[in-house]
Amino acid sequence: MMNDLLHSAPSLSNTLIFFALGASLLMIVLGFVTYAILAERKVMGFMQLRSGPNKVGGRFGLLQTVADVLKLLLKEDTIPKAADRPLFIIAPVLAFAPAFMVLAVIPFSDSLRFSDIGIGLLYYIAISGISTIGILMGGWASNNKYALLGGMRSAAQMISYEVPLVMSVIGIILITGSLNLIEIVDAQKNLAFIFVQPLAFIIFLIASTAELNRTPFDLPEAESELVAGYHVEYSGFRWAFFMLTEYVYLFAMASLTTVLFLGGWHPVPFLGFIPGVVWFAIKFSLVVFIMIWFRATLPRLRADQLMSFGWKVLLPLALLNIFISAVIKEIWF
Amino acid sequence: MIRTEEMLLNVGPQHPSTHGVFRIVLKIDGEIITDATPVIGYLHRGTEKLAEDLQYTQIIPYTDRMDYLSAMTNNYVICHAVETMMDMEIPDRAEYLRVLVMELGRVASHLVWFGTYLLDIGALSPFLYAFREREMIINLLNEISGARLTFNYMRVGGVKWDAPDGWIEKVREFVPHMRKELAGYHDLVSGNEIFLNRVHDVGTYSKEDALAYSLSGANLRCTGVDWDLRKQEPYSIYDRFNFNVPVTEKGDAWSRYQCRMAEIEESLKIVEQAVEQFPSEGAIMAKVPRIIKPPAGETYVRIESPRGEIGCYIASKGKKEPYRLKFRRPSFYNLQILSKLLKGENIANLITILGGIDIVLGEVDG
Repeated sequence: MMNDLLHSAPSLSNTLIFFALGASLLMIVLGFVTYAILAERKVMGFMQLRSGPNKVGGRFGLLQTVADVLKLLLKEDTIPKAADRPLFIIAPVLAFAPAFMVLAVIPFSDSLRFSDIGIGLLYYIAISGISTIGILMGGWASNNKYALLGGMRSAAQMISYEVPLVMSVIGIILITGSLNLIEIVDAQKNLAFIFVQPLAFIIFLIASTAELNRTPFDLPEAESELVAGYHVEYSGFRWAFFMLTEYVYLFAMASLTTVLFLGGWHPVPFLGFIPGVVWFAIKFSLVVFIMIWFRATLPRLRADQLMSFGWKVLLPLALLNIFISAVIKEIWF
Repeated sequence: MIRTEEMLLNVGPQHPSTHGVFRIVLKIDGEIITDATPVIGYLHRGTEKLAEDLQYTQIIPYTDRMDYLSAMTNNYVICHAVETMMDMEIPDRAEYLRVLVMELGRVASHLVWFGTYLLDIGALSPFLYAFREREMIINLLNEISGARLTFNYMRVGGVKWDAPDGWIEKVREFVPHMRKELAGYHDLVSGNEIFLNRVHDVGTYSKEDALAYSLSGANLRCTGVDWDLRKQEPYSIYDRFNFNVPVTEKGDAWSRYQCRMAEIEESLKIVEQAVEQFPSEGAIMAKVPRIIKPPAGETYVRIESPRGEIGCYIASKGKKEPYRLKFRRPSFYNLQILSKLLKGENIANLITILGGIDIVLGEVDG
């Protein structure tokens, strides 16, 4: 259905359908974010001998995040007097929009996908880079020293880790010969790329954690050093936008990991009767869980260690992986 | 042409990692600190001046509020000073109770340090694990003294309350439990590569510097100086116990961490032995005159608190209030080296260094 739509001539009804589809995806993602936050709090609570949210919305705090978001909506929207007003306002939007845009190319199952573009992977990487500008802009426009430091750290970190992130997937591109995410998933019908490219998977997992600004790479918002980092001056729903960005990226990055390394919607052998979407959801949840696990376990790196780790360890390893992949491809395929 | 300038950054008094109301004015070049000026006094309550109008027993609650993480040692230092002046004999049972609560307090204090230090470095969970065990200690101390933090437990000549029934058994059971959990902490944290990278060679100072800045406690022992007043000048009944003084050599944040973690184990050893030797009978108070009037003169006593050497100087004119009272508060002295350590470090190390010194602001500000 999507293919017919994508290839049809532009018209008013098409536009409406696209809009409706986009809105429904946004709702799904927001629903995910709501429960991802709850899951993170519950899992962290479990790991830390607490119970986590357990009052609002029945037994398990099911409406806790909804209540939190409503509270954020009702909060006063403060803009510091010395802030750069237009930049301050546009920054959260600029950070959030790409986070949502990247979801367009993710194939959730063989039928559930929104677009099928040839350079899906490149699109993802290119668009996700824009968020950095939003974060840097927010840090700069706040006219706050902590925010500025957080913004600078964030920019430095995202640029440094985008390089190994991209390099680590080149091995997969070499093997499949395509940047199209659907073709990449199809190539994993028999064997997921995590077994073919284990080194790439490890590099990708580490670099994507850094891209997501999550522990142990949460320097841009290290609360014990920079109070809150780049969003220290933001309040109410503008702040919520930054939070949304993070969790939507978590959604996107976990999806991308599933697609690139875990075989997307393909089932594990002998369990093919379970639908592909469920398999996708299981693999995807596993990645999200690992991210939460990281957060509950690891301390934070220091900025200089982060840089040297990215450039001196991850990047050479990623290059080595490309070399090995190329040799193997030349010999066997 | 690009012009760069230094930025002035105010860390605190309201900042998540200053452990209270501590402020430090930083001059930073990028993320590198070029100058650091600590500003203290936000929690100053004038304990020493207030004490001049109070009877000795009335001063004890004020000492609870200095180093509120190990109030028992503070209680002890003032009682010990007055007892030294009056040349008092303390009943055995009271001394054992004192040692038990002081060592349990030391473990609790180090646990808070461990948890918050890891929290500063960015690990969220160890904090909650450490507080679980600390809660058990707090409950034990609550049972014996009736308070969770500000115990007001000791008196000149002994202690206020005897151990309730079964308390000693609970302490006995706590020791192996704590040992088990401590091994768990080491599994989770002490071998973590990121943690090791954060603390190795950070905030290093030499033995000479440590002595020149009059550091004490783990901050001194981490440079290789074997100085623990429990061993060097045994007070109370510490000469009856068999324990070691952990000393490490390097003088960086990692050796301070090792030192403190080993001290927990040594304190547990003392608790274990004190429970074994605990006299089943006996008074908990010496014969003390109704109104305590130490003879005219001066005295200075010092003991080992979890943070270092806590001292109490009393000048008495033979009245029921001290003429002058002064505490040597270890956090205050240990903090002095901070601005020296910070020059040339980056902001992330500020947190590691400040956390590693282990200050309590109530004690710094007096």
